[in-house]
Amino acid sequence: MKLDFSPKDELFRQEIASWLASNLCGEFDVIRGRGGPGDQHMFIDERKAWEQKLYQGGWTCIGWPPEYGGRDASIEEQVIFNEEYARAQGPGRAGHIGETLVGPTLIAFGNQDQKDRYLPEILRGEAFWCQGYSEPGAGSDLANVKTGAQFDDATQQWFISGQKVWTSLARESDYCFVIARTDAKSVGHHGLGFFLVPIDQTGVTIRPIEQLTGTSEFNEVFFDDAQCSVEDIVGEPGDGWKVAMGLLGFERGISTLGQQMLFQNELDEIITLAKTNGSAKNPQIRQRIAEAHIGLRIMRFNSMRVLSSEGADGSLQKESMIYKLYWSSWHRNLGKLAMDVMGAESEVLKGGPYQLNRLQSMYLFSRADTIYGGTNQIQRNLIAERALGMPREPRG
Amino acid sequence: MDFKFTDEQIMIRDTADAFLAETSTSAAVRQVMDSELGYDPQLWRRICDEMYWQGIHIPEAYGGLGLGYVELTATLEQMGRYLCCSPFYASVCLAANALLVAGTELQKLTYLPQITEGKTATLAHTSEAGDWSSSGVKVTYQKQGDSYCLNGTYRFVPDGHSADILMLAARDQDSHGLEGISLFVVPANTPGISREWLPTMDQTRRQGQLQINNLILHEGTVMGSAGEAWPQLEQILDLGRIAVAAEQLGGSQQCLDSTLAYISERVQFGRSIASYQSVKHKCADMMVKVEAARSAVYYAACVGDQFFNQTAGASELAEAASITKAYSSDSFFHNAGVGIQLHGGVGITAEYDIQLYFKRAKSTETFLGASDYHRERLAILLLDTQVTL
Ligand SMILES: Cc1cc2nc3c(=O)[nH]c(=O)nc-3n(C[C@H](O)[C@H](O)[C@H](O)COP(=O)(O)OP(=O)(O)OC[C@H]3O[C@@H](n4cnc5c(N)ncnc54)[C@H](O)[C@@H]3O)c2cc1C
Repeated sequence: MKLDFSPKDELFRQEIASWLASNLCGEFDVIRGRGGPGDQHMFIDERKAWEQKLYQGGWTCIGWPPEYGGRDASIEEQVIFNEEYARAQGPGRAGHIGETLVGPTLIAFGNQDQKDRYLPEILRGEAFWCQGYSEPGAGSDLANVKTGAQFDDATQQWFISGQKVWTSLARESDYCFVIARTDAKSVGHHGLGFFLVPIDQTGVTIRPIEQLTGTSEFNEVFFDDAQCSVEDIVGEPGDGWKVAMGLLGFERGISTLGQQMLFQNELDEIITLAKTNGSAKNPQIRQRIAEAHIGLRIMRFNSMRVLSSEGADGSLQKESMIYKLYWSSWHRNLGKLAMDVMGAESEVLKGGPYQLNRLQSMYLFSRADTIYGGTNQIQRNLIAERALGMPREPRG
Repeated sequence: MDFKFTDEQIMIRDTADAFLAETSTSAAVRQVMDSELGYDPQLWRRICDEMYWQGIHIPEAYGGLGLGYVELTATLEQMGRYLCCSPFYASVCLAANALLVAGTELQKLTYLPQITEGKTATLAHTSEAGDWSSSGVKVTYQKQGDSYCLNGTYRFVPDGHSADILMLAARDQDSHGLEGISLFVVPANTPGISREWLPTMDQTRRQGQLQINNLILHEGTVMGSAGEAWPQLEQILDLGRIAVAAEQLGGSQQCLDSTLAYISERVQFGRSIASYQSVKHKCADMMVKVEAARSAVYYAACVGDQFFNQTAGASELAEAASITKAYSSDSFFHNAGVGIQLHGGVGITAEYDIQLYFKRAKSTETFLGASDYHRERLAILLLDTQVTL
């Protein structure tokens, strides 16, 4: 067991760090540190242009196999990339969903034609994706989706109807991957399909939802006979659940290491503030800042452990199941700590009507961390049942 | 980066697990719990002769196995899990470390082979106030020509009443804070040292009190640099903190495991209590705390290795020790407390082992500085430097 990176890895670190230093500047100065959680809808054009810049440098999709344009970067290299990216205050990745969710899913479950059509434009930073899982009646109970897909033999098209909700970045995306019922009589996780749906069509209507931050990253997406070609179902009708769950499995440690550097930037900002406004003298605040530091360091070792012990087939140990619950709870506490360090100033905004500063926005938006991607309660159910082997929840 | 056990380390861990499952049973622990010595000398002999754990991280030149801190913590984790009662912690994780960090070559050659042969040893540095930092050393010495005369009282000394060899921290009688600290190594039967057992709430660990009365020590007993040994003392304590955190990790894991075993047998309202969501969620939280503690301990163990091979410095060691000790203490206490709650009435009985873990959690939390002490230590690092704007 060891923590050190190899000399080769350190060279890689220098390579990405110096590339970022000479490219994340000039026209891209405005997006440094922007576009993170709670700020994802901001500077969208600049951040899309930045994705293309990254592609030119060979820095998109580095973990993908070379045949799809990736570098087959080792876990260590991906860790380093994410660390350096966040250290350089790289903007929130507009291409994140395509690179980390859609790409691996298509590589694992898609056919050659789908890979040929979709992977290159994700790689080049030209196509952006959003996730159409949740519905008004299907939140934690995702298998309860009601959106339907009907196949029309004449046009060789699927027609999709129903409603998705909480769809992040739908307005900024070109495609949405949607789980919908291919068998209208089915229930639960049977009879579902996984569809790649173009957003820009008359059958798709997007309505932004205003969040507690006053901003609107997520949306309602209405499908009214939205068209999806026969070529754009991943797997067979009925395979939707398998593909949908496979996709969630790709949402694992590596990209979260970049997220940890964002957390580090936030904690550093809180520490600087505490030193400047005198709250660093408050013994309770001192304890809480130290606790936050401990929690974040351990978060890093959690992911390094998970990444180091990942099976050759990408399978994870049961220990990895604590990850989401751990970081979401940590970040939620950090939000409260930020406000307490700001003290009375925490209430006062940068300007009207509702201009939040970064920490205020983080405080409010961190309440979402324990909800999306499986709420804390759902995470606890999963840990108890799948990692500890305790009895399953009764179902209604 | 390869942040997982090697096959050899897994073997070391599993061997420890198998040996302790057989030798450190609940009955065996309870048998030695009331004794003044606090451990079974025959079990200690077997550990030293058959397992050779006492030599794990001691270099081969001094009769050890020459393995690293990772191997040591892997073994400690299992000892903590089985509440193994032995002089291992004091002898190896305090005393042998003290020799490795601060001993002269001659002292290492004299004492380390004694430890690898099964002699017991410990480190004494705390007094009445229970201040675990190096600046809290209260026992004083007065330089008299070529020798030192020590006076004062040590409390809370692990196996202090029974260890064969003692490492003593004392301060120049006119010094304050971190100044004037010296370390000495002496056989415990040296005149001027009287010792007694301090009965403790956690009966799986022993503490002793040492009365030091005009103890005269010659130059050859001085470890490290006389009067300037606080950095070495701090390093020894940090290594000890990582080691105790590893034991806490094992204890924390056992609280979860034994609770799971109990609740899956127990039925109320016609169903297993393990099927209630509030019970499941508590167990999930316990697992989070164990696994996070595990990540912290393994990281600190790697830093321990880096410290010994001089790729990490004292400040990295200190940070790792405080992070790990604070988190593991909280994890263990949380899991022991929740463990009692989920046991219901039987959790309050002497019969069930969960109470032993609850007591061990508290005693190890206090030992070498509780969590708030370590958080404050980190806060100094994080907050007490000027902002450069
Ligand atoms: C900021 C944000 C962005 C999002 N982005 C997307 C996106 O891009 N695409 C997408 O598809 N979805 C997205 N979501 C949706 C998200 O995945 C859901 O909100 C989440 O799964 C919870 O579903 P729900 O909101 O319907 O809450 P519910 O499922 O109704 O839960 C309400 C409460 O009940 C609890 N609860 C529910 N079931 C159980 C149970 N079995 N046991 C114990 N407690 C239970 C929950 O923990 C929660 O506290 C996003 C959500 C947020 C907040």
